[in-house]
Amino acid sequence: MTEGAHPTHKVYYLVFLALVIGTVLTFVVAKIDLGFLNPIIALAIACTKATLVILFFMHVRYSSKLTMLTVAAGFFWLMILITLSLSDYLTRGVIKP
Amino acid sequence: MSNSQTTTTDHPALVHQFDDMVQQKEASTFGMWVFLLTEIMMFGGLFAAYLIYRLKYYDAFVAGSSSIDVTWGFINTLVLIGSSLTMALAVSAAQRGVRRQQQVFLVLTMVLGTVFLGVKAIEYKQKYDEHHIPGGFFQTFAPTDIAHDLVEKEGKTPEAASQIAERTQIFFCFYFAMTGLHALHMIMGLVLMTWLLVRAGHGEFGPQYYTPVELGGLYWHFVDIVWIYLFPLLYLINRTHGK
Repeated sequence: MTEGAHPTHKVYYLVFLALVIGTVLTFVVAKIDLGFLNPIIALAIACTKATLVILFFMHVRYSSKLTMLTVAAGFFWLMILITLSLSDYLTRGVIKP
Repeated sequence: MSNSQTTTTDHPALVHQFDDMVQQKEASTFGMWVFLLTEIMMFGGLFAAYLIYRLKYYDAFVAGSSSIDVTWGFINTLVLIGSSLTMALAVSAAQRGVRRQQQVFLVLTMVLGTVFLGVKAIEYKQKYDEHHIPGGFFQTFAPTDIAHDLVEKEGKTPEAASQIAERTQIFFCFYFAMTGLHALHMIMGLVLMTWLLVRAGHGEFGPQYYTPVELGGLYWHFVDIVWIYLFPLLYLINRTHGK
Protein backbone atom coordinates (compact mmCIF):
# COMPACT_ATOMS: atom_id res chain seq x y z
CA MET A 1 0.00 0.00 0.00
CA THR A 2 1.88 3.02 -1.25
CA GLU A 3 -1.05 5.35 -1.90
CA GLY A 4 -2.49 6.87 1.25
CA ALA A 5 0.34 5.44 3.34
CA HIS A 6 1.75 7.76 6.00
CA PRO A 7 5.30 8.33 7.19
CA THR A 8 6.46 7.07 10.55
CA HIS A 9 6.59 9.37 13.58
CA LYS A 10 10.37 9.47 13.27
CA VAL A 11 9.96 11.22 9.89
CA TYR A 12 7.61 13.77 11.49
CA TYR A 13 10.10 14.57 14.25
CA LEU A 14 12.97 14.87 11.74
CA VAL A 15 10.92 17.25 9.57
CA PHE A 16 10.03 19.28 12.68
CA LEU A 17 13.73 19.48 13.60
CA ALA A 18 14.62 20.60 10.06
CA LEU A 19 11.91 23.29 10.22
CA VAL A 20 13.25 24.61 13.56
CA ILE A 21 16.81 24.68 12.20
CA GLY A 22 15.55 26.51 9.10
CA THR A 23 13.77 29.11 11.24
CA VAL A 24 16.86 29.73 13.41
CA LEU A 25 19.02 29.91 10.27
CA THR A 26 16.72 32.52 8.66
CA PHE A 27 16.86 34.56 11.87
CA VAL A 28 20.67 34.43 12.13
CA VAL A 29 21.43 34.99 8.43
CA ALA A 30 19.13 38.05 8.36
CA LYS A 31 21.52 39.83 10.78
CA ILE A 32 24.56 39.31 8.52
CA ASP A 33 24.99 41.78 5.68
CA LEU A 34 25.23 39.76 2.45
CA GLY A 35 23.90 42.46 0.16
CA PHE A 36 21.49 41.26 -2.52
CA LEU A 37 21.91 37.66 -1.31
CA ASN A 38 19.96 38.30 1.93
CA PRO A 39 16.42 38.14 0.49
CA ILE A 40 17.42 35.29 -1.85
CA ILE A 41 18.71 33.15 1.04
CA ALA A 42 15.66 34.01 3.18
CA LEU A 43 13.29 32.94 0.38
CA ALA A 44 15.34 29.83 -0.41
CA ILE A 45 15.06 28.70 3.22
CA ALA A 46 11.33 29.51 3.26
CA CYS A 47 10.80 27.48 0.07
CA THR A 48 12.73 24.54 1.51
CA LYS A 49 10.62 24.65 4.69
CA ALA A 50 7.38 24.89 2.68
CA THR A 51 8.44 21.95 0.51
CA LEU A 52 9.15 19.82 3.60
CA VAL A 53 5.72 20.65 5.05
CA ILE A 54 3.95 19.88 1.74
CA LEU A 55 5.79 16.61 1.08
CA PHE A 56 5.70 15.10 4.57
CA PHE A 57 3.17 16.84 6.85
CA MET A 58 0.65 17.16 4.01
CA HIS A 59 1.49 13.64 2.76
CA VAL A 60 1.90 14.74 -0.88
CA ARG A 61 4.94 12.47 -1.20
CA TYR A 62 2.65 9.53 -0.35
CA SER A 63 -0.34 10.72 -2.41
CA SER A 64 -1.73 9.80 -5.80
CA LYS A 65 -0.44 11.37 -9.00
CA LEU A 66 -3.67 13.37 -9.29
CA THR A 67 -2.97 15.10 -5.95
CA MET A 68 0.66 15.75 -6.88
CA LEU A 69 -0.40 17.27 -10.20
CA THR A 70 -3.01 19.46 -8.45
CA VAL A 71 -0.44 20.80 -5.97
CA ALA A 72 2.13 21.38 -8.71
CA ALA A 73 -0.47 23.22 -10.82
CA GLY A 74 -1.22 25.57 -7.90
CA PHE A 75 2.40 26.55 -7.39
CA PHE A 76 3.01 26.77 -11.14
CA TRP A 77 0.13 29.26 -11.28
CA LEU A 78 1.71 31.27 -8.45
CA MET A 79 5.00 31.35 -10.37
CA ILE A 80 3.17 32.68 -13.46
CA LEU A 81 1.55 35.41 -11.35
CA ILE A 82 4.80 36.55 -9.77
CA THR A 83 7.13 36.10 -12.76
CA LEU A 84 4.92 37.84 -15.29
CA SER A 85 4.02 40.69 -12.90
CA LEU A 86 7.65 41.32 -12.01
CA SER A 87 8.85 40.97 -15.62
CA ASP A 88 6.63 43.98 -16.26
CA TYR A 89 7.51 46.10 -13.21
CA LEU A 90 11.23 45.29 -13.19
CA THR A 91 11.75 46.18 -16.86
CA ARG A 92 9.80 49.44 -17.03
CA GLY A 93 11.96 52.18 -18.49
CA VAL A 94 14.61 49.73 -19.71
CA ILE A 95 13.57 50.24 -23.31
CA LYS A 96 13.00 53.88 -24.13
CA PRO A 97 9.98 54.44 -26.40
CA MET B 1 -7.71 -5.77 -3.23
CA SER B 2 -11.08 -7.57 -3.30
CA ASN B 3 -10.66 -8.32 0.38
CA SER B 4 -10.25 -4.66 1.33
CA GLN B 5 -13.14 -3.67 -0.91
CA THR B 6 -15.63 -5.87 0.94
CA THR B 7 -14.65 -4.13 4.17
CA THR B 8 -14.82 -0.60 2.75
CA THR B 9 -18.12 -0.72 0.81
CA ASP B 10 -20.41 -0.89 3.86
CA HIS B 11 -18.84 1.78 6.08
CA PRO B 12 -21.46 4.15 7.63
CA ALA B 13 -19.46 7.20 6.44
CA LEU B 14 -19.57 6.06 2.78
CA VAL B 15 -21.90 8.22 0.71
CA HIS B 16 -23.83 6.59 -2.12
CA GLN B 17 -22.09 8.16 -5.14
CA PHE B 18 -18.75 6.48 -4.31
CA ASP B 19 -17.84 2.84 -4.88
CA ASP B 20 -15.72 2.47 -1.75
CA MET B 21 -13.89 4.40 0.98
CA VAL B 22 -10.65 4.65 -1.02
CA GLN B 23 -12.42 6.37 -3.92
CA GLN B 24 -14.30 8.65 -1.53
CA LYS B 25 -11.09 9.69 0.25
CA GLU B 26 -9.34 10.38 -3.07
CA ALA B 27 -12.23 12.61 -4.20
CA SER B 28 -12.26 14.47 -0.87
CA THR B 29 -8.50 15.03 -0.93
CA PHE B 30 -8.70 16.36 -4.49
CA GLY B 31 -11.53 18.70 -3.49
CA MET B 32 -9.59 19.98 -0.48
CA TRP B 33 -6.52 20.69 -2.61
CA VAL B 34 -8.62 22.57 -5.15
CA PHE B 35 -9.91 24.70 -2.27
CA LEU B 36 -6.34 25.26 -1.07
CA LEU B 37 -5.39 26.38 -4.60
CA THR B 38 -8.02 29.13 -4.37
CA GLU B 39 -6.36 30.08 -1.08
CA ILE B 40 -2.97 30.21 -2.83
CA MET B 41 -4.57 32.55 -5.37
CA MET B 42 -5.92 34.82 -2.61
CA PHE B 43 -2.65 35.01 -0.65
CA GLY B 44 -0.67 34.98 -3.93
CA GLY B 45 -2.33 38.22 -5.01
CA LEU B 46 -1.26 39.83 -1.74
CA PHE B 47 2.29 38.48 -2.05
CA ALA B 48 2.61 39.77 -5.64
CA ALA B 49 1.32 43.22 -4.63
CA TYR B 50 3.72 43.19 -1.66
CA LEU B 51 6.69 42.41 -3.96
CA ILE B 52 5.84 45.20 -6.40
CA TYR B 53 5.48 47.83 -3.66
CA ARG B 54 8.57 46.57 -1.89
CA LEU B 55 10.58 47.17 -5.08
CA LYS B 56 9.06 50.63 -5.47
CA TYR B 57 9.35 51.83 -1.85
CA TYR B 58 12.24 49.71 -0.58
CA ASP B 59 13.52 52.28 1.99
CA ALA B 60 10.06 52.65 3.51
CA PHE B 61 9.63 48.86 3.67
CA VAL B 62 12.97 48.50 5.47
CA ALA B 63 12.06 51.28 7.95
CA GLY B 64 8.63 49.75 8.62
CA SER B 65 9.95 46.19 8.90
CA SER B 66 12.74 47.25 11.29
CA SER B 67 10.21 48.89 13.62
CA ILE B 68 8.62 45.48 14.34
CA ASP B 69 9.90 43.45 17.30
CA VAL B 70 11.39 40.42 15.52
CA THR B 71 11.59 38.28 18.68
CA TRP B 72 7.80 37.82 18.84
CA GLY B 73 7.68 36.85 15.17
CA PHE B 74 10.49 34.36 15.69
CA ILE B 75 8.72 32.78 18.70
CA ASN B 76 5.47 32.63 16.73
CA THR B 77 7.17 30.83 13.84
CA LEU B 78 8.41 28.14 16.25
CA VAL B 79 4.94 27.92 17.88
CA LEU B 80 3.28 27.40 14.49
CA ILE B 81 5.82 24.78 13.38
CA GLY B 82 5.18 22.96 16.67
CA SER B 83 1.42 23.07 16.03
CA SER B 84 2.01 21.55 12.60
CA LEU B 85 3.88 18.67 14.25
CA THR B 86 1.05 18.02 16.75
CA MET B 87 -1.45 18.23 13.88
CA ALA B 88 0.48 15.63 11.88
CA LEU B 89 0.54 13.40 14.98
CA ALA B 90 -3.23 13.93 15.45
CA VAL B 91 -3.83 12.72 11.87
CA SER B 92 -1.62 9.70 12.55
CA ALA B 93 -3.59 8.95 15.75
CA ALA B 94 -6.87 9.24 13.84
CA GLN B 95 -5.59 6.84 11.20
CA ARG B 96 -4.71 4.33 13.91
CA GLY B 97 -8.04 4.98 15.63
CA VAL B 98 -6.52 5.79 19.04
CA ARG B 99 -9.17 8.09 20.47
CA ARG B 100 -7.24 9.44 23.49
CA GLN B 101 -4.21 10.41 21.39
CA GLN B 102 -6.40 12.12 18.78
CA GLN B 103 -7.94 14.28 21.50
CA VAL B 104 -4.60 15.07 23.17
CA PHE B 105 -2.92 16.12 19.91
CA LEU B 106 -5.93 18.10 18.67
CA VAL B 107 -6.06 19.99 21.98
CA LEU B 108 -2.29 20.61 21.83
CA THR B 109 -2.69 21.98 18.29
CA MET B 110 -5.46 24.28 19.48
CA VAL B 111 -3.38 25.44 22.48
CA LEU B 112 -0.43 26.30 20.22
CA GLY B 113 -2.78 28.03 17.76
CA THR B 114 -4.20 30.12 20.61
CA VAL B 115 -0.68 30.99 21.82
CA PHE B 116 0.09 32.20 18.29
CA LEU B 117 -2.99 34.44 18.26
CA GLY B 118 -2.11 35.74 21.74
CA VAL B 119 1.37 36.73 20.62
CA LYS B 120 -0.17 38.33 17.53
CA ALA B 121 -2.44 40.39 19.82
CA ILE B 122 0.62 41.57 21.80
CA GLU B 123 2.32 42.59 18.55
CA TYR B 124 -0.76 44.46 17.30
CA LYS B 125 -0.98 46.26 20.66
CA GLN B 126 2.66 47.35 20.28
CA LYS B 127 1.96 48.79 16.84
CA TYR B 128 -1.18 50.47 18.20
CA ASP B 129 0.79 52.04 21.07
CA GLU B 130 3.44 53.29 18.63
CA HIS B 131 0.75 54.89 16.42
CA HIS B 132 1.83 52.69 13.51
CA ILE B 133 -1.70 51.96 12.29
CA PRO B 134 -1.99 53.45 8.77
CA GLY B 135 -4.52 56.25 8.43
CA GLY B 136 -5.26 59.79 9.56
CA PHE B 137 -3.51 59.49 12.92
CA PHE B 138 -0.42 57.66 11.65
CA GLN B 139 2.62 58.81 13.67
CA THR B 140 0.63 61.69 15.18
CA PHE B 141 1.90 62.34 18.75
CA ALA B 142 3.69 59.02 18.40
CA PRO B 143 6.13 57.91 21.14
CA THR B 144 8.51 56.74 18.38
CA ASP B 145 9.51 58.80 15.38
CA ILE B 146 10.51 56.88 12.25
CA ALA B 147 11.70 60.03 10.43
CA HIS B 148 13.86 61.11 13.39
CA ASP B 149 15.46 57.65 13.58
CA LEU B 150 16.21 57.72 9.85
CA VAL B 151 18.05 61.06 10.20
CA GLU B 152 19.96 59.93 13.32
CA LYS B 153 20.90 56.36 12.38
CA GLU B 154 20.86 56.27 8.57
CA GLY B 155 22.09 59.81 7.89
CA LYS B 156 19.12 60.72 5.69
CA THR B 157 18.22 64.33 5.02
CA PRO B 158 15.15 65.50 7.01
CA GLU B 159 13.09 65.86 3.80
CA ALA B 160 13.93 62.36 2.56
CA ALA B 161 13.39 60.93 6.05
CA SER B 162 9.92 62.40 6.46
CA GLN B 163 8.93 61.16 3.00
CA ILE B 164 10.14 57.63 3.80
CA ALA B 165 8.36 57.73 7.18
CA GLU B 166 5.12 58.76 5.48
CA ARG B 167 5.45 55.88 3.03
CA THR B 168 5.97 53.25 5.74
CA GLN B 169 2.16 53.34 5.90
CA ILE B 170 2.16 51.27 2.71
CA PHE B 171 4.29 48.67 4.47
CA PHE B 172 1.99 48.67 7.51
CA CYS B 173 -1.06 48.28 5.24
CA PHE B 174 0.49 45.09 3.88
CA TYR B 175 1.58 44.01 7.35
CA PHE B 176 -1.91 44.29 8.81
CA ALA B 177 -3.72 42.94 5.72
CA MET B 178 -1.48 39.88 5.38
CA THR B 179 -1.08 38.98 9.05
CA GLY B 180 -4.76 39.85 9.61
CA LEU B 181 -5.94 37.51 6.85
CA HIS B 182 -3.57 34.88 8.20
CA ALA B 183 -4.90 35.33 11.76
CA LEU B 184 -8.46 34.98 10.40
CA HIS B 185 -7.41 31.65 8.92
CA MET B 186 -5.99 30.61 12.30
CA ILE B 187 -9.33 31.41 13.96
CA MET B 188 -11.13 29.33 11.30
CA GLY B 189 -8.60 26.58 11.96
CA LEU B 190 -9.48 26.62 15.68
CA VAL B 191 -13.20 26.29 14.80
CA LEU B 192 -12.30 23.35 12.54
CA MET B 193 -10.23 21.73 15.32
CA THR B 194 -13.14 22.06 17.78
CA TRP B 195 -15.42 20.27 15.32
CA LEU B 196 -12.83 17.51 14.79
CA LEU B 197 -12.36 17.20 18.56
CA VAL B 198 -16.10 16.57 19.06
CA ARG B 199 -16.17 13.96 16.29
CA ALA B 200 -13.00 12.34 17.61
CA GLY B 201 -14.70 12.16 21.03
CA HIS B 202 -17.54 10.17 19.45
CA GLY B 203 -14.94 7.72 18.15
CA GLU B 204 -15.84 8.34 14.52
CA PHE B 205 -12.33 8.02 13.15
CA GLY B 206 -10.33 4.89 12.46
CA PRO B 207 -8.21 3.20 9.80
CA GLN B 208 -11.16 3.05 7.35
CA TYR B 209 -12.30 6.64 7.81
CA TYR B 210 -10.25 9.60 9.04
CA THR B 211 -10.65 11.91 6.03
CA PRO B 212 -11.97 14.94 8.04
CA VAL B 213 -8.87 14.91 10.29
CA GLU B 214 -6.58 14.46 7.27
CA LEU B 215 -8.20 17.39 5.42
CA GLY B 216 -8.31 19.55 8.57
CA GLY B 217 -4.59 18.84 8.80
CA LEU B 218 -4.07 19.98 5.19
CA TYR B 219 -5.77 23.27 6.03
CA TRP B 220 -3.70 23.76 9.19
CA HIS B 221 -0.41 23.02 7.41
CA PHE B 222 -1.36 25.39 4.60
CA VAL B 223 -1.84 28.22 7.11
CA ASP B 224 1.56 27.28 8.55
CA ILE B 225 3.16 27.55 5.08
CA VAL B 226 1.71 31.04 4.59
CA TRP B 227 3.38 32.10 7.85
CA ILE B 228 6.69 30.49 6.80
CA TYR B 229 6.72 33.06 3.95
CA LEU B 230 5.25 35.96 5.94
CA PHE B 231 7.96 35.80 8.63
CA PRO B 232 11.00 36.59 6.43
CA LEU B 233 9.03 38.89 4.10
CA LEU B 234 7.55 41.12 6.81
CA TYR B 235 9.98 40.88 9.74
CA LEU B 236 13.38 40.41 8.12
CA ILE B 237 13.51 42.72 5.09
CA ASN B 238 16.79 44.27 6.20
CA ARG B 239 17.98 43.66 9.73
CA THR B 240 21.68 44.16 9.08
CA HIS B 241 21.67 47.75 10.35
CA GLY B 242 21.62 48.02 14.14
CA LYS B 243 18.83 46.03 15.85
